[in-house]
Amino acid sequence: MNILNIAYLTIREGQKRSIVRLALIMGVLFLILFGVGLHFIFVQFEQVEFMSASEMQLPANVLTMMGLYVTNFLLIIMAVLISVASIPQEIDSRVIDTIITKPINRWEVVVGKWLGFVVLIVGYTLLLSGGVMTISYVRTGLELFNIFGGLVLMCLSGITVMTITLAGGTRLSTLANGVVAFMLYGLAFIGGWVETIGAAFRNEIAVNIGIISSLILPIEALWKKASLMFQPRLLSNPSFAGPLAVTSEPSDMMIWYTIFYVVAILGYALWSLSRRDL
Amino acid sequence: MFAIETQNLRKEYGEKIAVEDLTLQVKRGEVFGFLGPNGAGKTTSIKMLLNLVRPTAGQGMLLDLPLGNTKVRQKIGYLPEHFRFHDWLTAGEFLDFHGRLYRMARSRRREVIPPLLELVGLESRLNTKLRAFSKGMTQRIGLAQALLNDPELVFLDEPTSGLDPIGRKLVREIVDGLRAEGTAVFINSHLLSEIEQTCDRVAFIRDGRVLEVNHMSDLTAGVLQLTLRVGQPPADLAAQLAQFGQNVQRNGIDGRFHMTVDGEEKVPQIANWVFENGLTLYELSPGRMTLEERFLQVIGNDSGDG
Repeated sequence: MNILNIAYLTIREGQKRSIVRLALIMGVLFLILFGVGLHFIFVQFEQVEFMSASEMQLPANVLTMMGLYVTNFLLIIMAVLISVASIPQEIDSRVIDTIITKPINRWEVVVGKWLGFVVLIVGYTLLLSGGVMTISYVRTGLELFNIFGGLVLMCLSGITVMTITLAGGTRLSTLANGVVAFMLYGLAFIGGWVETIGAAFRNEIAVNIGIISSLILPIEALWKKASLMFQPRLLSNPSFAGPLAVTSEPSDMMIWYTIFYVVAILGYALWSLSRRDL
Repeated sequence: MFAIETQNLRKEYGEKIAVEDLTLQVKRGEVFGFLGPNGAGKTTSIKMLLNLVRPTAGQGMLLDLPLGNTKVRQKIGYLPEHFRFHDWLTAGEFLDFHGRLYRMARSRRREVIPPLLELVGLESRLNTKLRAFSKGMTQRIGLAQALLNDPELVFLDEPTSGLDPIGRKLVREIVDGLRAEGTAVFINSHLLSEIEQTCDRVAFIRDGRVLEVNHMSDLTAGVLQLTLRVGQPPADLAAQLAQFGQNVQRNGIDGRFHMTVDGEEKVPQIANWVFENGLTLYELSPGRMTLEERFLQVIGNDSGDG
């Protein structure tokens, strides 16, 4: 199976690239910082006599969700960084010539790379999110609700960004591809906040802007769905959850839309590389 | 029947014509040289043959299968120009990966990789990372991956690029070995002396068009380069000598005339003509034409980079 050979090479390359190593080191540093911060905050809370164990669950919830929010952000950045140069760099260096003159179809190269990146993204998500949840559970005893469902949506978010970056690389240079990927992310990020604030003030236009940005790149909607799976009671209450509150829950159709979106973009990537001259 | 057979292959990039008409046939088991100045369309031609670039028009077959067929690549080896690969792989891992792309069984890969490394003089580098390789060593390992699958047709794009004289001799020996095994080799090289020593036939290409295809033996055996020196030559001597051959030129410094003739029989004819016209013959020396001289004759001195 040549798809698996390419996936294997992609994973090995991911392990060797300094940018991925740096992302891993930064992720571990983040976990250490999160753990130390959480510990000392709770040391202080535990000294307050009138604060009951159930009352301490609120700051534990908020801090954990903030940790997961940062994890989601790092995951998106990581998804762009690992995939942005993959195809354009191999085209520029002519490495791809040696591969695709072997008995392998071009679409197998794209699918193989995609699978390899999916493994890396899932691994990174499990490491960071799992780290945040484990630290939080060990220190505060906090148990999240639907951990599996939330993690699946976080992974889907990273896979969505990676797929669009991989597809961009079949036509764009590394730099142009990176610019497009981060601009799309910025659009989705701002759109998500506009929707959140618009929903809080019942501004229909702002909500619609958010929905349109979610259709262009549905990652903010996925994060909202994921966070509601982790902590449905807390995040639906703006007075408790503050900026993390989800004031308008995306519909379940958004998940199906995202899956269709990923399949369509991946399909474009296969078509695009198969058609282009190298 | 043929290793390579193309009919009017053409490639356009917008209004620019990279290859106007590539029509050629390369026999199985022959070593075929592909010559032309920079910008002649050589690299685009190879890329079309290997399906890296889609032809705008025309058709072709490799080993009796149409261009672009994935199965035929099982029997093809390719060394790209300026070969590079992921430099974090060791030489052994690199060859093993390409062996897997050729769908070779693990036992087969283990069987062929050590002798291949020995063939290209890298037997002690199995566990050395490619990033530690010199340019010449990188070229050698690239050559090894092109031979991994015991191919029936090998494309070598500038195979001696970056190699020292020992490396170039090694490539010649490998190409000779491939010929002996019946493997067709298609070589694109700027080093005409290498082509001269290794190829059975050569094609000259300019402006995206094959100008002529010749057997190497015909190129160097039939045409002779003559040098002539006579006492007090008349002003129209060059014009008169043109009846015997082509490209008659007079060296302004030593007064010698240089020309090409089609066969050895022209040598005594010219000698007789000189005597019959009452001229004193000081020198008449025939020499074999080098490929470089033939190349310049066919391609022209003025074809610069394009």
